[in-house]
Amino acid sequence: MSEIVRAGFIPLLDAAPLIVAARLGFAEAEGLTLDLARETSWANIRDRVAIGHFDVAHMLAPIPVAAALGLLPLAAPMIAPFSFGLGGNAVTLSRPLWQALAAAGAGTGGAPAAVGAALAQVIAARLAAGQPQLTLAVVFPFSAHNYELRYWLAACGIEPDRDVRIVVVPPPFVVDALREGVVDGVCVGEPWNSLAVEAGVGVIAVTGAAIWRSGPEKVLGMRTDWAESHAETLAALLRALYHASLWCGAPQNRAELARLLAGPDLLDKPAPILEAALDGRQVIADVAAGEPHGPLLTFGGPAATFPWASHALWFYSQMVRWGHAGYRPDAVLAARRAYRPDLYRAALKPWDVDLPSANAKVEGALTAPTAVASTRGRLVLGPDGFFDGRIFDPDRIEEYLAGFADGPRGDS
Amino acid sequence: MNRPDPPDTTLTVAIVDDNLVRAAILEEGLHMAGIAQVSVLSGKTNLLRQLVALDPDVVIIDLEDPSRDVLEQMFQVSRVVARPVAMFVDRSDRAMIEAAVDAGVSAYIVDGLKRERVKPIVDMAISRFNAFSRLRGELEATRTELAERKVIDRAKGILMKNRGIGEEEAYALLRKTAMNQSRKLVEVARSLVTAASLLDGGEP
Repeated sequence: MSEIVRAGFIPLLDAAPLIVAARLGFAEAEGLTLDLARETSWANIRDRVAIGHFDVAHMLAPIPVAAALGLLPLAAPMIAPFSFGLGGNAVTLSRPLWQALAAAGAGTGGAPAAVGAALAQVIAARLAAGQPQLTLAVVFPFSAHNYELRYWLAACGIEPDRDVRIVVVPPPFVVDALREGVVDGVCVGEPWNSLAVEAGVGVIAVTGAAIWRSGPEKVLGMRTDWAESHAETLAALLRALYHASLWCGAPQNRAELARLLAGPDLLDKPAPILEAALDGRQVIADVAAGEPHGPLLTFGGPAATFPWASHALWFYSQMVRWGHAGYRPDAVLAARRAYRPDLYRAALKPWDVDLPSANAKVEGALTAPTAVASTRGRLVLGPDGFFDGRIFDPDRIEEYLAGFADGPRGDS
Repeated sequence: MNRPDPPDTTLTVAIVDDNLVRAAILEEGLHMAGIAQVSVLSGKTNLLRQLVALDPDVVIIDLEDPSRDVLEQMFQVSRVVARPVAMFVDRSDRAMIEAAVDAGVSAYIVDGLKRERVKPIVDMAISRFNAFSRLRGELEATRTELAERKVIDRAKGILMKNRGIGEEEAYALLRKTAMNQSRKLVEVARSLVTAASLLDGGEP
């Protein structure tokens, strides 16, 4: 008899491995029936997992960390034993703002440093001219979007809590908000950047993958007690997702993947736009034939799906940096334990997958694709790390935070 | 209906619901419960600005509204929001949280507000959301029933005309066919109507 797993998701491109596992037989092959439920907000995802309406969900990568730190309204510890992929979001600016940036030398490559320098210049000019502050949107407070946007701004000399106004705009309202000038820019997951470009209201200025190379975006999240009481089911689910994710990552499957995701009960958006986004053919920095950019979203393989403890800890470091959490040694431990590479390893053991030897890595240590220590010795990772070259050593969070001008501000 | 309580002019309640009928039902309920200041806001257009301007003590929001994530931002103290809010969660009462989610509604309150003052409002929201779902369900059932009756009438008419029989006989024939084929009466009627219109050369 097939076991039923109820899974919530938000209609975004990076939900693909979950959708493919449910619809193309990968879950079935593991003896599971994945019962998908489309949701409208991250708050609903969080609450329905917390109260048990969903067993698992497609979740913003920092949510399980926030749950481990007790920062969410419902006290329900959560874990993330799987990452849906790397990258997936981008910063899209309104046409008028992009034109100002282009005039200030943002360039055509979507390079975070050049675009950020131009943005800093535009912000300074607006301040001098007495114009209102720019409003930038993210999709949820505890999101990779929020922390990557803030990281980028701060590294370019823009103080996120002083020089701009950061608000939340749900993805379905992003195109209208840009068109009506309610916001000047958004950091949102695909396909919403592509849709804003398609609608002629925005320009993709920088990709999340350019700000934090090989950074995670969404994870498979669940309540800790569900994972404990359903160990076999979870292992089967992780195997199904692993194989679904390999399928999603294969270039020859992109057209079929785009057609599947375009379905009215899934993303409900035009397949050609989804396919272009999967191919990494988005128009960046308003130049149709601009310099090739790295893939905005990467699926497949241990490199893209391993739940690195260092990812959880980087999100924690940023929560402390921006005053969303306090710094405490026990909180460091709690954040680290929110990501569960041990469960990932255990589930994939029968498949002889080449897995990294470590559970955490120094983010930014790999500047080029590099062979790393792994179970079969053939795993290549990277490049990883941040566009400004700063290194994140997960064992030295305090030192890392002290290195920022804005410093740690948690109520330690 | 209970006699309206004396109006509580000290609480401002915002309802975020694009379903105007349901919002009106809830608004009326809150007035009945003595809440004087109730505003209905739309989630689509710059909700945050509307909320900051209104500065409500309680926000009731439809769970289907993506704008729920806008309210999440108000948890954090920032320049944008004067008074931080919290999700209305009575930790002692898990059943209530489930009841709210099942009803499709969530509530946010300004930090520091006494939960006893808010609980009746949340209870009211849950019961009115449920009442609305029931109404919608009943309406849906009535619509389906009407549509089915129409199809059966048309099928009867076709049989009466083509076989020269009376209404009762036509109905009995439909029922007998349905029983013999273990199908629903309305399905048999629908097949007949489709077949007849195909034979007439019209659109099915």
